[in-house]
Amino acid sequence: MDLAFTKEEQAFREEVRSFFRDNVPPDTRRKLVEGRHLSKDEMVTWWRILNKKGWGVSHWPKQYGGTGWTSVQHYIFNEELQSYPAPQPLAFGVSMVGPVIYTFGNEEQKKKYLPRIANVDDWWCQGFSEPGSGSDLASLKTKAERKGDKWIINGQKTWTTLAQHADMIFCLCRTDASAKKQMGISFIVFSMKSKGVTVRPIQTIDGGHEVNEVFFDDVEVPVENLIGEENKGWDYAKFLLGNERTGIARVGVSKERLRRIRDLAGKVESSGKPIIQDAAFREKLAACEIELKALELTQLRVVADEGKHGKGKPNPASSVLKIKGSEIQQTTTELLMEVIGPFAAPYDVHGDDGSNEAMDWTAQIAPSYFNNRKVSIYGGSNEIQRNIIAKAVLGL
Amino acid sequence: MDFDLTEEQRLLKDSIDGLLTDSYDFESRKKYMKEKGGWSRAVWGKLAEQGLLGLPFSEADGGFGGGGVETMIVMEALGKALVLEPYLATVVIGGGFLRHAGSDAQKAAHVPGIVDGSKTLAFAQLEKNSRYDLFDVATTAKKKGDGWVIDGEKFVVLNGENADTLVVTARTKGNRRDTSGIGVFLVPANAKGVTRKSYPTQDGLHAADITFTGVEVGADAAIGNPEDSLALIERVVDEARVALCAEAVGLMDESLKTTVEYIKTRKQFGVAIGSFQSLQHRASDMFVATEQARSMSMFATMASDFEDAKERSNAIAAAKAQIGKSLKFVGQQSIQLHGGIGMTMEAKIGHYFKRLTMIENTFGDTDYHQRRVADSGGLI
Repeated sequence: MDLAFTKEEQAFREEVRSFFRDNVPPDTRRKLVEGRHLSKDEMVTWWRILNKKGWGVSHWPKQYGGTGWTSVQHYIFNEELQSYPAPQPLAFGVSMVGPVIYTFGNEEQKKKYLPRIANVDDWWCQGFSEPGSGSDLASLKTKAERKGDKWIINGQKTWTTLAQHADMIFCLCRTDASAKKQMGISFIVFSMKSKGVTVRPIQTIDGGHEVNEVFFDDVEVPVENLIGEENKGWDYAKFLLGNERTGIARVGVSKERLRRIRDLAGKVESSGKPIIQDAAFREKLAACEIELKALELTQLRVVADEGKHGKGKPNPASSVLKIKGSEIQQTTTELLMEVIGPFAAPYDVHGDDGSNEAMDWTAQIAPSYFNNRKVSIYGGSNEIQRNIIAKAVLGL
Repeated sequence: MDFDLTEEQRLLKDSIDGLLTDSYDFESRKKYMKEKGGWSRAVWGKLAEQGLLGLPFSEADGGFGGGGVETMIVMEALGKALVLEPYLATVVIGGGFLRHAGSDAQKAAHVPGIVDGSKTLAFAQLEKNSRYDLFDVATTAKKKGDGWVIDGEKFVVLNGENADTLVVTARTKGNRRDTSGIGVFLVPANAKGVTRKSYPTQDGLHAADITFTGVEVGADAAIGNPEDSLALIERVVDEARVALCAEAVGLMDESLKTTVEYIKTRKQFGVAIGSFQSLQHRASDMFVATEQARSMSMFATMASDFEDAKERSNAIAAAKAQIGKSLKFVGQQSIQLHGGIGMTMEAKIGHYFKRLTMIENTFGDTDYHQRRVADSGGLI
């Protein structure tokens, strides 16, 4: 057992860090620190910088543009990216549909989609959840019917993150209504510009617009847009969800936020002195840092294990990372609320349009607290994660 | 970065696990408890035979040159089997003082007896009002000729009843809560003026309250600098905390395993109660708590070698704080999921709970260590 990173790994960390320092647009970084939303342009600009460097799809196989890094290098890259902070690559393209296409897609599909995902020429969104199918995803009803050389798609998806920016969607559709529910699902991709696609915004409790409802009304999709085999979509969905393991803990994000809390707590006064001098507050902060340290170590154990024994089957430890990671993220936003106290209240009516740069730095703290309630719900709610541990680890 | 055990470490783990599987089931433990002093000389002998009592000592001192990871492996195994024998007091703490600061003569006098199992030690540190502050020492050691005269009272000294040698913290100058002026002394347990009042502890071990009345020892009794040994005490107690963290992980592992087995077999309403989601989620949370604790135990183990004393003790404080939280949750929920049977002396789960609970209150509880981390400026 050895905690230390090798010299090469430390040099790599320095390389990554200095690249971020030199290349992340300062305004993009500031907005992330303050918990603001970024515009589409800001995100795409950064991702293209990253892709030009060759780091846009770092974990993909080399032949599709990946870096060939070790598990530890990926870990370091993610940690630095999250804690700088810089925008993370668009998960829907890079972490979700990309790996499904290069693993299950045909050559033509790989050639057509992968480079465009890497350069974010297409913005992808995820068509999984439906109004009646949340945790019980396999009950989904959106239907794709084969008519000649087309699929005709009808139904509704929801919680579709950033669909307002999207060019493409990957969609789970029912293609065999008579089969057992997991068996009759197919994985189909198509343009969001297709006739019959309607995107309707959902405003979330933080006042932001991240998620949408998407309606399909007789949308015509070429048959060749089916990925892999017909009615095998559930397998691909499970593969996709199991792919994202260690990043889900978002240790770097929480670290960055804890640094901000410490910084603000040294400035904001409570009872006539900086709140960091309040023992009760300081101990709460320490408790969160300690739990995060434990999570970081748990994550490193998973990373080291992957490095040694390959990725293989989805690791149930990822459920631990999801549960603790989301709890800690939520705690950090609670601590920020506690630091600013009554100044949590003012609402920034200008939102994210950039027209109110002078708005108090506290403006996004309450929205960020509200927004972060989602992290224990999305990606398989924490209750679903507990089901997974009970079944897969404890054999209950 | 590597979390795997080496081939030799794996062999060590197999050998101690094997030894304890053979000789330390729950029924045997009950018998050992009734032996003189509350533990088994025969088991102690077996630990010696396998080289486990000499594990952390250097080869030059007659040991096997094991490091923190080796101690972690042993402590985890001892926790898993709920072992009563005084490994912590003798090998980790007593041995720790000898390893870090013992003179050649002191090592020659004490290490061979530890390694061959013929001698045990005890750490007489806690005082009536010191609680978890290691520098809070009212017991005095006054110079007399070349030697020292020790006066004071020490409490809850684990293995105090059986130990051949007591490792005693005593003040050579200054006031009760001064951080300087503290020494560490090796005192024969049968020295004139040593009075021991023994009793069993809540978790089935044995401890003693010990009074020192004009106890005279020679100049060679002092380990390290008799006027400034707080850093030494902190170092050794840090290692004891790390060992307790590993023991707690072993205890939690076994508690979780026992509890999961129980809810798989216990039937109510015609089904195994483990089929109920509320119980499944509780067990899952116990798993999460145990894994977080395991991570921190590994972290603490590796941190024991940090050069920077402040960084080292901060990391170990963080581990003890986190593990205190995890062990409380896992311990309490193990009883809850066992239901009424968990409340009985007859079931083993309650004994795991009791040992876990006492670990929380040894060498600093969660609040104490959390405060240390908070006051040091945090971990990030």
